Amino acid sequence: MTSVLAVKDLAVSFATPEGAVAAVDGVSFSVEKGECVGIVGESGSGKSQTFMAVMGLLATNGKATGSIKFQDQELVGMKIDKLNKIRGSKMCMIFQDPMTSLTPHLKISRQLTEVLVLHKGMSERDARAKAVQMLDRVKIPDAKRRLDQYPHEFSGGMRQRVMIAMALICEPQLLIADEPSTALDVTVQAQILELMQELRSQGDMSIVMITHDLGVVAGLCNRVMVMYAGAFCETAGVDDIFHDPQHPYARGLVGSIPRLDRPGEARLTAIRGQPPNLQHLPMGCTFQERCDFVFERCIAERPALSTFAPERAKACHLKGFDKEGKVVR
Amino acid sequence: MSGEPLLSIKGLKVHFPTSSGGLFGATRPLKAVDGVDFDVFPGETLGIVGESGSGKSTIGRAVLQLIKPTAGTVAWLGTNIAGFTRAQMKSRRREMQIVFQDPLASLNPRMTAGDIIAEPLDTFEPQIKADERKARVQEMMAKVGLLPQMINRYPHEFSGGQNQRIGIARAMILKPKLIVADEPVSSLDVSIRAQIINLLADLQKEMGVALIFISHDLAVVRHVSHRVLVLYLGKVMEIAESQVLLSRPRHPYTQALLSAAPVPDPEVERGKKRLLIEGDLPSPLDPPSGCVFRTRCPKAQAQCAQDIPALEPRGGASDHLVACLFPD
Ligand SMILES: Nc1ncnc2c1ncn2[C@@H]1O[C@H](COP(=O)(O)OP(=O)(O)OP(=O)(O)O)[C@@H](O)[C@H]1O
Ligand code: SF4
Ligand SMILES: [Mg+2]
Repeated sequence: MTSVLAVKDLAVSFATPEGAVAAVDGVSFSVEKGECVGIVGESGSGKSQTFMAVMGLLATNGKATGSIKFQDQELVGMKIDKLNKIRGSKMCMIFQDPMTSLTPHLKISRQLTEVLVLHKGMSERDARAKAVQMLDRVKIPDAKRRLDQYPHEFSGGMRQRVMIAMALICEPQLLIADEPSTALDVTVQAQILELMQELRSQGDMSIVMITHDLGVVAGLCNRVMVMYAGAFCETAGVDDIFHDPQHPYARGLVGSIPRLDRPGEARLTAIRGQPPNLQHLPMGCTFQERCDFVFERCIAERPALSTFAPERAKACHLKGFDKEGKVVR
Repeated sequence: MSGEPLLSIKGLKVHFPTSSGGLFGATRPLKAVDGVDFDVFPGETLGIVGESGSGKSTIGRAVLQLIKPTAGTVAWLGTNIAGFTRAQMKSRRREMQIVFQDPLASLNPRMTAGDIIAEPLDTFEPQIKADERKARVQEMMAKVGLLPQMINRYPHEFSGGQNQRIGIARAMILKPKLIVADEPVSSLDVSIRAQIINLLADLQKEMGVALIFISHDLAVVRHVSHRVLVLYLGKVMEIAESQVLLSRPRHPYTQALLSAAPVPDPEVERGKKRLLIEGDLPSPLDPPSGCVFRTRCPKAQAQCAQDIPALEPRGGASDHLVACLFPD
């Protein structure tokens, strides 16, 4: 079976006045059909830029190298008109701010039907019918009437739904969602997550969910990739990440969130220090300054992401942690 | 909680004039806070949780008189300070401090960390000797986990988490009786957030300061607070001891909030039955009649559009207050 997305040695760097910033440092991963992969990690760790590179949407000072295959087609270096046939129809991305995808002065009917008419050669009428159907699917009440409204006539949560409808209208094989619910209120966020869950169970679309909210990942994803300083430090099934994390950063991350379902829990296990400057990464492990288990090898040699159990990989020189949470060297 | 409250808020209203509105430029007020009562006791943490526009920050600012209340009393150690002028507030400022959400934006970029932290000292103890001033600043820096030798650095040379530590050091240096922390960790990364939460908890224990901890994140609020106040459209829905609120929420809105918050555990999430409430928050310019939550409440009856529910003790506990006509 071929993967929906297969990325190999992807590096993203940005040219800045202070020199090059290596935002993504040679990552390899794949996304399979029908799965939902969560991407978590600190701000600035490269979550968004990894997938901006996949979409070919890097800022002009950014450059991607390596290989990005979408359904076996190489995207790196692909001609823009060919790429445009794929992104926005077979592979879509949604963002935290819906207004990055919506045009303020156009009725949403136009924004929804345009792709169908242009890309899929649908008649105006069929496209409208499909648009109404899509708005229904993302649970916008009274879809027929609302189709002819402008983005500003929708509330924040509703606008987010419109953006999701727009992404889904061409029935993409891959949906990349970058913090789609972060800016929303808790109760509205829950509605959007419920919607994402429903979409997931309906078809065989693959979803990549970028978020720093581990709760969102727990509820939605089957697999998780944890990013730190431009690379993946641990990848695993969702249960393993939460119940048996093996990279010290992943362990710290899971231990540092207050939980509503554990009353009386004492202190959070904070990770000390702060993320490193991408322009001055140490030679060895990028987590060494914050790690409680650092030893000589960590300083001398950067650990590579390597498989240590079926479907599990980590980038750490330690053997791991046992069931009691004790370190095994 | 027992003894005399430090702070006692009664019938607090903060209405903002808005220019949009009816005919002939008539203004209708935005009722950001609309009749709120609560107490804060010495050394406790009261969490205030609510969604955007619920009035959380406005309450925090009204407590410190950074915003003038439209009505109600704000009693600080028995004296009503509502409507106090800046000059009148000055002597109280020593005892009440605030920490803001965006650490970098709330610090003066042209001042060094040391001068920022010393600001309250300079105001209230201007006669202090230079070396004592420095010693006290550095002692405070060490307490909040900053290297004392960083005293001459500027805010832009620190990370977000470190700047928040500077803000906390500034708030704590005069050993106030109350600190209002308005979303102090919301702009920080998860791993840094835990550091700051632990720091606030440690300092509180050590210095016995009371804390009003404002956040939209119920899990964070629950973790740090002894008691939690749930706010919706400028009104208190429920106040209870933090454990009780979690295990026995009685207001339908609190129940919905608890159910909406995703739990970082796949097993729990899979087994969870979500109680989703529909729609978005109504505009605070045009709040629903009767109970403000009724338009989204799964239990709403006709009566909820008529009567405004009072905040009353429920379930036999005098400190568990609920504002609902049909509470659990
Ligand atoms: N146009 C650009 N020029 C220079 N650096 C950039 C540019 N865009 C992104 N970066 C840098 O690339 C790094 C990775 O950024 P990215 O947006 O992928 O982080 P992220 O993990 O998505 O963080 P967040 O959680 O804050 O969204 C950051 O250090 C960022 O400052
Ligand atoms: S490689 Fe060493 S420093 Fe890096 S995470 Fe593992 S133990 Fe820690
Ligand atoms: Mg991002």
